[in-house]
Amino acid sequence: MRRRVVITGVGAVTPLGVGADVLLRRWVAGESGIADGEGACRDFDAAEHLSKKEIRRADRFAHFAMVASDEALAAAGWNGDGEKPYRSERIGCVLATGIGGLGSLEGQHDILRDSGAKAVSPLSVPLFMVNAGAAALSMRHGLRGPAFSVGSACAAGSHAIGTAARMIQTGDADAVITGGAEATLTPLARASFVAAGALSPSGISRPFDARRDGFVMGEGAGILVLEDAERAAERGAPVLGEVRGYASTSDAFHLTATEPEGTYAAAAIEAALRDAALAPAEVDYVNAHGTSTELNDSSETKAIKRVFGEEVARTVPISSTKSAIGHLLGAAGAVEAIATLLAMRERVLPPTVGLEQPDPELDLDYVPLSARPFSPKGERPIALSNSFGFGGHNVVLCLEGVASA
Amino acid sequence: MAIATPEAVEARIVEALASFGPDIDQVTREATFEELDIDSLDLVELAQIVEDDYGVELKGDDMKNLKTVGDAIDLVVARAQ
Repeated sequence: MRRRVVITGVGAVTPLGVGADVLLRRWVAGESGIADGEGACRDFDAAEHLSKKEIRRADRFAHFAMVASDEALAAAGWNGDGEKPYRSERIGCVLATGIGGLGSLEGQHDILRDSGAKAVSPLSVPLFMVNAGAAALSMRHGLRGPAFSVGSACAAGSHAIGTAARMIQTGDADAVITGGAEATLTPLARASFVAAGALSPSGISRPFDARRDGFVMGEGAGILVLEDAERAAERGAPVLGEVRGYASTSDAFHLTATEPEGTYAAAAIEAALRDAALAPAEVDYVNAHGTSTELNDSSETKAIKRVFGEEVARTVPISSTKSAIGHLLGAAGAVEAIATLLAMRERVLPPTVGLEQPDPELDLDYVPLSARPFSPKGERPIALSNSFGFGGHNVVLCLEGVASA
Repeated sequence: MAIATPEAVEARIVEALASFGPDIDQVTREATFEELDIDSLDLVELAQIVEDDYGVELKGDDMKNLKTVGDAIDLVVARAQ
């Protein structure tokens, strides 16, 4: 039997604040972290958490990752400076980012253009390389197992968690620090997403609403501590949930557009359920990718119906974290998995904020506007978290929450 | 380009090193780069600053032998003459 993988700590930096609990609390209250058409981490001041040296040696996306990782490791009962519960070579780090240190890259390019090649900082590559976040966490916490970054655009956060879980299942590591980080509220990223027709002209994130017109870009990080369930139990670790299933597929259809019938997204959902040895009817909640683009919300709805069947699909509550914080790109899947785990623990179904005018074509239960109590069918709640990315990448995580206290 | 008087070079180098991380009062002539947690990447940045300000070009081999803040100040002052 393969090893089981539990989540023992989470941490987040999001447009709703610094911390994982504040993310769930404010989302459940129906609040939005989006202002002026963007989900910026306005409450985040790197100087409150990191030294001068740490700040100047890392891009903003890695700052988010470092701060979220401190919270996650503390929650898991890992003393930041002291002994880790595992040999350092047995602790991995798999971190997602969609783009990497884009702000640093743009800044250094400005320097190159304005002042010439000799003025470019020797820190440039370590600032903007996609693995900068994984490297920062490895060094910060002394993680000497496999450490790398995964890139699959907006699906990357979930790919990271799935990859981390597999590393533990196969025995490559006993614990993995995983998640995702992104900080791309930059002129080039804005212009690029506008040019691709993906960004919302209205600046409003309202997934599944008839008036949805694109995604709202956000920034932040979500970090999770994954451990071999047996080893975690031996050390009496706090357990927030289990990674029951993981699967990913690809559309091989279009660079940016999702396959409109959700065929391969559905295949990923089915495979994740198979991996978890669960039937669709056992799912209590779906944390949707729900980007607020015309196409995603439609094809995702079709994918869910395809797997669950029309009748059962209508009974499963679905909501989108992006309605409250926007789209965190490579961090999205990680932050959304964290929000899902906390929602299961608190037995609350967080709402799709801003869903005021239902789209007649989208007729599932998207938990519009207000949170509701979460009544799992079994002792432990079961949720799916969907993530889909530019390039046609589909990733689905099946997460199990904890039994009520 | 600034005049490379020993006082001016010292002030500039201390300011630059402090901007890399250590508190400014830690950055004395006697302080070693190791103590200040100043590594090879920081020294490359320091070399860029020194070249910009004083036209003194420092190569990797020059930097390798620097142990203290005073070593760096003395090297820049000597080269600038």
